[in-house]
Amino acid sequence: MSGETLTSAEYIKHHLQNLTYGKLPDGSWGLAHSAEEAKEMGFWAINLDTTIIAFLLGAVLMFVFARAARKATVGVPGGLQNFVEWIVDFIDNSVRGSFTAKNELVAPLALTIFAWILLMNLMDLVPIDYLPFVAHAAGLPFLKVVPSTDPNATFGMSIAVFILVVYYSIKIKGFGGFIGELTLQPFGKWGLPANLFLEGVNLIAKPVSLALRLFGNMYAGEMIFILIALLPFYVQWTLSLPWAIFHILIVTLQAFIFMTLTIVYLDMAHHEH
Amino acid sequence: MNINATLLGQTIMFIMFVWFCMKFVWPPIMSALSERKKQIADGLAAGERGKHELELASRRATESMHEAKQKAAEVIAQAEKRASQIMEEAKNAAREEGDRLVAGAKAEIDQEVNRARETLRQQVADLAVAGAEKILRREVDAKAHAEILTALKNEI
Repeated sequence: MSGETLTSAEYIKHHLQNLTYGKLPDGSWGLAHSAEEAKEMGFWAINLDTTIIAFLLGAVLMFVFARAARKATVGVPGGLQNFVEWIVDFIDNSVRGSFTAKNELVAPLALTIFAWILLMNLMDLVPIDYLPFVAHAAGLPFLKVVPSTDPNATFGMSIAVFILVVYYSIKIKGFGGFIGELTLQPFGKWGLPANLFLEGVNLIAKPVSLALRLFGNMYAGEMIFILIALLPFYVQWTLSLPWAIFHILIVTLQAFIFMTLTIVYLDMAHHEH
Repeated sequence: MNINATLLGQTIMFIMFVWFCMKFVWPPIMSALSERKKQIADGLAAGERGKHELELASRRATESMHEAKQKAAEVIAQAEKRASQIMEEAKNAAREEGDRLVAGAKAEIDQEVNRARETLRQQVADLAVAGAEKILRREVDAKAHAEILTALKNEI
């Protein structure tokens, strides 16, 4: 618990608020000190906690991977190389399983998605009050530790995936082919409005579902940790331990689903159907 | 929980990481993996080849052993044949030699016997002549009756 002075509702709200940097109502730039302030900052504000933690995780990930890659030998692999190779092999198999066209981008993309999301999700398993407590001690008003519980992060990724899907659709099928796919099926050219509506929803649903699935799962998981943390400290472990163990499954599964769906969407973008 | 510029930041960050991964992480690891895969495959193939060769060699060895055995048996048989032949020849030679020796000895004996007989005959004849001479000292002229005496000698 972060303080006796907070009510449960305040505690929950406090935990769900990002550390937002933007233009304050008085015209100066700074950190928002309440949810309302953060909301009033509008679009041109940035969630420092999400950005910094996501960047640190990604940077550490890329550093470790690049290190393993630089030292990669054909001979007997060492511990780190073995671990990285195991992940790479797993990703490679997944990509080979569901992606049939030839594209150099997809496998590294899948690896980045899987590993990065997995790391961001794993932040959920850090005891819920540790990092916010440290942040509080450092004078920061809020800290939301898990980047994937911020829809900005999940939508950020899914939008990038969406851009890739549209880009490859147009690149492979041509602009006409892409528009044709949007407008000429399933009802033929006389059902054009209906086609456009159905296919448009279908297209937009991809990034939205991708982002919301990950966000929803991680947000719910985080929420349950917060609720458990409201219990007296001597019974918390009876619930938080099983939930954390179960959550390991969700964490991995969500990262895997995001990756697999990305591969599948890109595969669909490469094929006429 | 507001949508704000973090969205753009995250998108850019994501693209950056993907680019980095594509540039510096994926290719070296994949190349190491595929290279190792190739090496393992080569090793397995070499092992398989070695096994095959071993099998061939052992078959060849068995074959040549068999051949050698056959040859040896042939040689032994030939040698035996030759040995018996030599033995036969030796036997024959020995028999011939023996026969020859026996014949020689017989001839020598005959000769000796003849010579002895001759000598004996001579002596008997001489003795007879001497006896007759003694008896007929006067009447018989050795020269006049030489013809008769020789005939007599031959008769003995």
